[in-house]
Amino acid sequence: MINTTERDIASIVKEAVDKHGASRDSLIPILSEINFELGYIPAEALTEVKKQVRKGEDPVFVSESQLYSLASFYDMFSTKPHGRHVVKFCESAPCHVVGGREVWQALREELHLNNGEMSPDGHWSLATTSCLGVCGVGPVILVDDDIYGNVQPDQIHDILERYE
Amino acid sequence: MKTIRYMVLVSDDQESINRGSRDVLRRFQSELKGFNLEKEVALNTLTDIGRHDAIPMVVIYPEAVVYGPITPEDVHLLVEEHLFKGHIVNELLAPARELTGPIAWVRARKGTIPAEQRIVLERVGIIDPESINDYIIHNGYEALGKVLTSMTPAQVMNELEQSGLQGRGGAGFPTGRKWKFVAGVPSTKKYVICNADESEPGTFKDRIILEGDPHSILEAMAIAGYAVGADEGYLYVRGEYALAQKRLVRAIQRAHDFGLLGKSIFNTGFNFEIHVHTGAGAYICGEETALIESIEGKRGEPRSRPPYPTTHGLWGKPTLVNNVETLANIPAIIRNGPVWYRKFGTPNSPGTKVYTIMGNVNQTGVIEVPMGITLREVINIYAKGMKNNVSLRMAQTGGSSGSITPASLQDTPMDFESFKRAGVSLGSGALLICDENNCIVDLVKTLLEFFRFESCGKCTPCRIGTQRAYEIVTRIYQGAGKMGDLDELQSLIGILDQLSNCGLGQTAVVPIRDMLKHFRATVEAHITLGVCPSGICPMTNLDQMDFQDQTADKQTIPA
Repeated sequence: MINTTERDIASIVKEAVDKHGASRDSLIPILSEINFELGYIPAEALTEVKKQVRKGEDPVFVSESQLYSLASFYDMFSTKPHGRHVVKFCESAPCHVVGGREVWQALREELHLNNGEMSPDGHWSLATTSCLGVCGVGPVILVDDDIYGNVQPDQIHDILERYE
Repeated sequence: MKTIRYMVLVSDDQESINRGSRDVLRRFQSELKGFNLEKEVALNTLTDIGRHDAIPMVVIYPEAVVYGPITPEDVHLLVEEHLFKGHIVNELLAPARELTGPIAWVRARKGTIPAEQRIVLERVGIIDPESINDYIIHNGYEALGKVLTSMTPAQVMNELEQSGLQGRGGAGFPTGRKWKFVAGVPSTKKYVICNADESEPGTFKDRIILEGDPHSILEAMAIAGYAVGADEGYLYVRGEYALAQKRLVRAIQRAHDFGLLGKSIFNTGFNFEIHVHTGAGAYICGEETALIESIEGKRGEPRSRPPYPTTHGLWGKPTLVNNVETLANIPAIIRNGPVWYRKFGTPNSPGTKVYTIMGNVNQTGVIEVPMGITLREVINIYAKGMKNNVSLRMAQTGGSSGSITPASLQDTPMDFESFKRAGVSLGSGALLICDENNCIVDLVKTLLEFFRFESCGKCTPCRIGTQRAYEIVTRIYQGAGKMGDLDELQSLIGILDQLSNCGLGQTAVVPIRDMLKHFRATVEAHITLGVCPSGICPMTNLDQMDFQDQTADKQTIPA
């Protein structure tokens, strides 16, 4: 994700708009695309989206504040950059009752981070997430796009080592 | 090692105790020892099932035979004849004609173990989900063909109404009736939406269907479109389900290639298009009006109702919103007819239900069983018993917005009717089984943390109420609770339930209500004795609480 930050924001937005079309119901897919490409949605991207969805045959008039209200509402979007690797812990009840408490403790100790923090070197981010829908194998953690199930606290170190 | 062959339940409600049920229980203990059956017979207590004519009552599984009233003197005969020799003792049976309540349905099955019955998951794991040919070979698109070529929309809806299918998203609203509402609104443009924003923690049944049998949903949506008069459908899939999205997009493409979606399907002049719309991570978008807002490119904040989506839905047009599991039932109902469908489940809740099992059991996973199975059966048969033989403390049925069911209610049949009577919600079918090593306060705190976070913030009662409830329960969790906190919680229940704009605030109170209703003694022990009976809550008794850590900015990290 990080290597794409050098790409021109305008071209990323253009690609997203071309792919999903400039209509009201594609605003969220467009923001998803940008979030995926850049890892977060910077303010400049919102301005760019505003301009570009106005251009089509059926122009959509939307303000930056409206776009920001979307970017800040949905959990899968971020308005701030994050570390190179994002560790997410499922904090839902099914993971909680099968040992999630201990795993969360171990994660925080291993990374020296609290919920929502990024390590000073920009390598790690730690956050909790809602249910990922793989509750049969809880506790579950997500590192970038990889899901780990049946996680034990003593496995945390080995799992994270793969992303050094 | 000997295996458990029988389970004996002795009624243990107050009335039974007054009439000597504890003596019956004690006699069972000694008689089982006498016959050397202790390892083969599990002995447990049973809550009030409304048979005051036959208490003290004894129920023996797996046959679900009900004996009563039973005196301690009868116990020897029961143990010798039923448990040792295997004969039912007819003269001690409870009067059959009055057999009502939870066990009646179990008994009607005459002791057979409820087998898995796959209607919704019929093809899951059997066909290649990416192959439309596989789907067609397994009766795929047959129902759509039948509907388009030989049935009127009214006939389709009548069949559906007769089948008694109820919405599987949690509310249990009759599907046929909902379709008729939408069909009855005159409009040139209508929409069908499949709600696949399955964000209820512990629920992943829809994911299994979407990933394993995507065409069944497309077929059902097209049938729905024909019935209600819509030509466009949206599949709202939650953002986290990347594989399901990929397969659905591919399935739509293939269906177009085969002429099963698009213009003039089966040359009948009926057109239907389906778009996949991806969510971006918001629990509230499972609420149908929030989902519609989200498709329209807005924040997923629920609308005030009425008007309902059936008249004013997507872009202000009449819109049918159905859950994935509901839709997955429809092709099978059309193919086999409503009479066939009514063979499964209970009279009031026909059909099957997909359950997801998780928690402290030996085997987690997904099952599809007829409506009306009991929790005890699910745990003992499908989940292969409790992990490490620790006994059941409570189960949460239906995800975070579901009920917390105490162990004493595990013989209630799980169908919409019986559960409603028992004051329990069946919800989405998630079954989170918690053993004695869990504490109600800790569980409720986790749930409230979830609601507090997921509250969309549009209406004040929910935005602030969930936060306050979370703070109070956290206080109890940390050993700093006061008895007055319980009154405070009680009043929050009323506020959230009555004043919230949508289902989120209304269901956020369910865990609190169940905690106070079924587990009050445990909660009071935290407050008055300063102990957590399960040894889970930290009880550090600090005045300073760690809210700082918990209330971190919602917008911190992207996916």
